[in-house]
Amino acid sequence: MHEVDMTRALLQSLQAWKQAQSAQQPSVRRVHLQVGAFTCVEPDQLRVTWRAATTGSWLQGAELAIETIALRARCLSCGVSYGPRAEQAYRSPCCDQPLEEILSGRELRIRSVEYDLPDAPSTPLPETAAAAVQPGSFSSSHPSAR
Amino acid sequence: MHMPLEDQLGLNLLAANQHQADHNREHFDAWRLLCINVMSSPGAGKTSLLEQSLSALAGSHAMAVLEGDMTTQLDAERLEAVGVPVVPITTGRACHLDAHMVSGGLKLLSQRLDPAGLDLLWVENVGNLVCPAEFTVGEHRKVALLSITEGEDKPLKYPIMFREADCVLITKIDLLPHLPVSIERIISHIRQVNGRCPVLPVSALSGEGLQSWHQWLQEQREALLAPAAPEQALLACR
Repeated sequence: MHEVDMTRALLQSLQAWKQAQSAQQPSVRRVHLQVGAFTCVEPDQLRVTWRAATTGSWLQGAELAIETIALRARCLSCGVSYGPRAEQAYRSPCCDQPLEEILSGRELRIRSVEYDLPDAPSTPLPETAAAAVQPGSFSSSHPSAR
Repeated sequence: MHMPLEDQLGLNLLAANQHQADHNREHFDAWRLLCINVMSSPGAGKTSLLEQSLSALAGSHAMAVLEGDMTTQLDAERLEAVGVPVVPITTGRACHLDAHMVSGGLKLLSQRLDPAGLDLLWVENVGNLVCPAEFTVGEHRKVALLSITEGEDKPLKYPIMFREADCVLITKIDLLPHLPVSIERIISHIRQVNGRCPVLPVSALSGEGLQSWHQWLQEQREALLAPAAPEQALLACR
């Protein structure tokens, strides 16, 4: 259920990004996310809720590209980095210290947005850009990675 | 081939929530009150604990409660009976309180009293060990409850909640004689993911351990009110 709320947070951030654009309204092809393994978010469920939430919206057809970031931690005692394993060994294998400093795995980040702008005069192939902003169109140039 | 444009955002997915949480926190600090976010699975004893703590501290502390619940106001009614102002926040389908909901609760609370007169604001979160761990509401301290009837392995199954907690209460210890449960094993599991937080075994029914819990609360409040660099004092306690 929390993926619904994460999706809503994602949509809010993208809406704010869209409003910060100039007069031209972007057509989003792909949204790149980084999701840490040590978060509450399940990437598959996030894709499902993303598809449901964007259907009929200005983001319809935009793909969600999720990069999963592994959990890495640093031992408090000796400074060696290690990869804790879920449910059993969060403590460091070298010095048996509690999970303290997390190097990666807590990311819930919108890395970047790929998009086209309609009738951009400087675009070399304006017909491609125009094709990508057909209302409700699913662009065939970027098949979903689901 | 036309190349799409790409904007590097580097935005936290929870940026909007964090922004509102920071705003809530500014209010808490301006009002000089300590805000405690109480979290646990459903039925771990959040409301029973609050009933006892509100009763015990009402003589010495001005308090209020923001009470999160998905559908009913039953918990709010229980706590209102203790004589402390309670603002119910029904979250509907959301399984946690977020910073915007708490902001709405603060507005309702402000219509009933001046929050600057409060010493302690409780936020009782929705019963859930997953989502509340990710959504800060601007609290000074997160407290997680784990009842001994839930199983010793919960800190390993829901590591983020127990890692995020500033204090963990092991509740319902009056049931220890009847259950094959080891407090030491629960603590060792908490210590896998959190080496710093105090772990306090308590029983809202018998009152055992509540004094230590209230002492911890008092220490957090003193840290908040310490005249020199209050924020540094708070960080030092983490």
